[in-house]
Amino acid sequence: MLLIPCPWCGERAEAEFTYAGEGGIARPKNPPELSDQEWADYVYYRHNPKGTHHELWLHLHGCGKYFRVVRDTVSNQIYGSAPMLEAPPAVPERKEV
Amino acid sequence: MKAVAKYRLPSGGHIDRSQLLQFSWGGRTLHGFHGDTLASALLAHGIHFVGRSFKYHRPRGIYTAGVEEPNALVTVGRNGRMTPNLRATEVLLTEGLNAVPQNAWPSLDFDLLSVNNFLSPFLPAGFYYKTFMSPAAWWHKRYEPMIRRSAGLGCASGQADPDSYERRYAYAEVLVVGGGAAGLAAAHAAGQSGKRVVLVEQDWLLGGSLLARTGETIDGEPARAWLAKMQRELAAMDNVQVLPNTTCFAAYEHGMWGLLERLRHHGTEQDKPNAPRQRMWWLRAPRSVIATGAIERPMVFANNDLPGVTLASSAATYANRFAVKPGDRTIVFTNNNSGYVSALSLIEAGVEVKAIVDTRPAPSGAMAQRLLECGVTIFPGHGISRARGWHDLHHLRIAPIDEEGVAQRGGVLMSCDSLAVSGGWSPVIHLPSHQGAKVQWNEEQACFIVAEAPAGMAIVGGAAASFALAQAVQEGATAGASAVGATAPAYGAIHGAEGALDCDSIAWIKGKRGKAFVDLQNDSTAKDLALAIREGYESIEHVKRYTTTGMATDQGKLANVNAIRIVSKIRGLPMNEVGVTTFRAPYTPTTLAAFAGRELDDFLQPERITPLHDWSVTLGAAFEPVGQWMRAWYYPKAGEDMHRAVQRESAAVRESVGFMDASTLGKIEVRGKDAAEFLNRVYTNGMLKMPAGACRYGLMLNEEGTLFDDGVISRLADDRFFISTTTGGAPRVLAWLELWLQTEWTDLEVWLTSITEQWAALALNGPKARKVLQPLTDIDLGHEAFPYMRFREGQVCGAKARILRVSFTGELGYEIHMAPEAAVSVAEDLMETGAEYKITPYGTESMHLLRAEKGFIIAGQDNEGTTTPDDLGLSGLCSTKKDYVGRRGAERAGMRREDRKQLVGLLPENETLVLPEGVPLGAGELTPPFPILGHVTSSYMSPTLKRGFAMGLLRRGHKRHGETISALVKGAAVPCKIVPPMFLDPDGERLRGEDA
Repeated sequence: MLLIPCPWCGERAEAEFTYAGEGGIARPKNPPELSDQEWADYVYYRHNPKGTHHELWLHLHGCGKYFRVVRDTVSNQIYGSAPMLEAPPAVPERKEV
Repeated sequence: MKAVAKYRLPSGGHIDRSQLLQFSWGGRTLHGFHGDTLASALLAHGIHFVGRSFKYHRPRGIYTAGVEEPNALVTVGRNGRMTPNLRATEVLLTEGLNAVPQNAWPSLDFDLLSVNNFLSPFLPAGFYYKTFMSPAAWWHKRYEPMIRRSAGLGCASGQADPDSYERRYAYAEVLVVGGGAAGLAAAHAAGQSGKRVVLVEQDWLLGGSLLARTGETIDGEPARAWLAKMQRELAAMDNVQVLPNTTCFAAYEHGMWGLLERLRHHGTEQDKPNAPRQRMWWLRAPRSVIATGAIERPMVFANNDLPGVTLASSAATYANRFAVKPGDRTIVFTNNNSGYVSALSLIEAGVEVKAIVDTRPAPSGAMAQRLLECGVTIFPGHGISRARGWHDLHHLRIAPIDEEGVAQRGGVLMSCDSLAVSGGWSPVIHLPSHQGAKVQWNEEQACFIVAEAPAGMAIVGGAAASFALAQAVQEGATAGASAVGATAPAYGAIHGAEGALDCDSIAWIKGKRGKAFVDLQNDSTAKDLALAIREGYESIEHVKRYTTTGMATDQGKLANVNAIRIVSKIRGLPMNEVGVTTFRAPYTPTTLAAFAGRELDDFLQPERITPLHDWSVTLGAAFEPVGQWMRAWYYPKAGEDMHRAVQRESAAVRESVGFMDASTLGKIEVRGKDAAEFLNRVYTNGMLKMPAGACRYGLMLNEEGTLFDDGVISRLADDRFFISTTTGGAPRVLAWLELWLQTEWTDLEVWLTSITEQWAALALNGPKARKVLQPLTDIDLGHEAFPYMRFREGQVCGAKARILRVSFTGELGYEIHMAPEAAVSVAEDLMETGAEYKITPYGTESMHLLRAEKGFIIAGQDNEGTTTPDDLGLSGLCSTKKDYVGRRGAERAGMRREDRKQLVGLLPENETLVLPEGVPLGAGELTPPFPILGHVTSSYMSPTLKRGFAMGLLRRGHKRHGETISALVKGAAVPCKIVPPMFLDPDGERLRGEDA
């Protein structure tokens, strides 16, 4: 079970949170002007990276806030979290294994 | 006093000879001592043969002395406490213990299915996939039951478990897994810092390998004295918790650990009748010391599964810890130095060791010298080509071997009754591997080790292939100290087992005849592995699945490394290139009931009840669960079944008046200067121009353009709304609205508050609704003063209330919202003033029927994941003048195709028929296979229409009104007329109701 650093409440167990999808996806400002493919890119297509991933979490059984988390999908290491109105946490340079 | 069992040594062991215990084994009454396992007590009586193997039903004996046991699976206990598949090597002997063997019929000695052993040429690896192919219909009826009967483990009792299981969440700075020498040193060093330390040991005794050996010293004192001192000192540290009988079965992310503590052994239930049987710990410990030791590997040779064959270290454990000798004449077969350690240990305990067979050509050193002095014959460069016997071991064929391990001509036949084997050691690296640690082959010690420990973990002692006692203790102390930022204590002289195994790469003696087992529990042989590779299953993961090697309840603790070695030899690849299969939790079988804990029966889910729940109970209501809510389903009168109750309730609403508990509706208050703008973006219809005091029915879509939820929006003031959601949808809708506010439209000033439980609600419906309610309220209910889709605040029965003039039945309707405390008295007053109109409480079933007559959808029932508002005939609710969530999605070409599934009404030609909900729709006779054009979503018998009617989703449905379609009911095509989904009062005249 992950230990997730809520920017408002501190580190709490994963059971208190709900995953809310990939972060950094903005709703297009001009939906009527987009092609079906462009709309599909916004609604359906996700990066699903092996490695660093910017994601949203909701502290559902806590403060009720959505916030940003940067997590490594391979190691589950969490590089940090940030409130929605701040930039996502920086990722340290990858060390070569 | 009973006579001492024949194979019990006269002295020694960690057993209490003053406590003689009686137990039952397959109906035989036997005796053992406190401190015995079931296995050691059986061995003390010379009983090796305890079970039949999984596939071939071959006789099997006790192979090990620990959790890795593949053969000695037994069923223990009686009635609801009966537990199958326990390893006899882990079961503590208690007074009156009842144990029986498994997988043998009619008896262990005479098992009919042992014929499988002679049929084995027809049961090769993958035989399931090759043999039981056709006819397909035979699979469920014939093949599967047959295979299940012949390849079995134990059976469940079929009775409820009378015991309780607990769960605990805990935190520690340091977790030490394993209570052997290394783990004790680690916990002691960490504990001295005063920080919280938890030490877990799966056995009921601490000590690990120290319990199996004699003559070792630590810090200048005998190992036993050191062990006692460590236990004393750890017990004295308040910050250290020692948990024996506890398995750390899994390592999860970020320092989370799963521990299973066994609080009561079988047969001790009467001691504390209310104590839980097991406790599941979810422990968060950022730092850990993995001191899980190592497991000895078997040797692979023909008939290596005969009862009487054990691991060499296990034989030493039985002799030293349990004072039981494995036999009268023992032979040791080894490919490494630890076989010599075990042999010496057996001799010291008083066991006759006849010979050592060593695959290595020139074993030498002090241990070999001492064994020769004891009169033991050593066969260097030899292997056992075949063991002989049936229910027990009689002879061994000892043959010289070549460099590839192939048995040569010559050699000797030697008689014996027990064989102790050692094929090297495998560190227990399961926990680091659960966390993705990379594993690599260590040529020097011939084992897989962790290349780099995961963050926060230190791996010490046998688990790190540090087999020397001195090294294990020192590593443990260092890791324990550094986990708390201290320096390691210095230990004095430690004298014990040497570390270097000098392990030979030969662990498989290739002979001409007989089965050489790799996985004893799943009956897979070296030949099976070779076959799998010949058939193209080269990856170790494929070999594993095709041969089922390592897939039994022991998860290949003995088998996997030997299997990898054999694959590496056959394929000519280095061990690291063959690799290991994935280690998965749990480490050992873990009781499902312990995962469930107390979350059973009534405690499985919280149950939400409304303020009117008890009132409905007194009226005799039947309830149905809707999400977590219990909702009144119908209110049967004496002698009524559900159908008759629903017909009566529904007719009453149409003809006069009725009311329903609507408190479970999700309710959210939306407040702030941008509230209207916000709702305008999330609902399909316009919200900006809605005046205070108005209500609107609205749809919410997701960005794909499909229906997400629906409800009524009421505007209380310029900056204040309250919206209702479906009963089950409230938490989801609230979280979703918050998502938009918090992540996308952060500039909007809007606050959302859940008020579902702050407001009880009653839905009063029927032509006489106004007559019933008017006397109870100060609000003028006149049709012009309080029109349809309006909202008023006032008093009802003296309580503050909000009334919405909305209707989910098509009749004049008022939704009365009030404080939960007022709900019962309002309901009672309605019953009183409504008495002259025969006012009728109705449940959810009648509500469903009434709304369906009007074609109103239930979100979640009449739509599916791809249904758009247009498919439901609700495009009129979707504004074309603004953007809203889902608009662009619903405008995609595929969402507007004419052949989409669309909502229609269905009238079966047989008017008495009620179509079952969910049945498929198609054209014509519906002879399978036929194209499914849709399905029935809602279906009822209408007391008003006096016929069955339904709604459904049907391809091109909007354009097919008037046509006929077939519904598949119990294999027959039932013709139905397609009509618009509106069965009653299409112009809405009934909404006006009667004047007060």
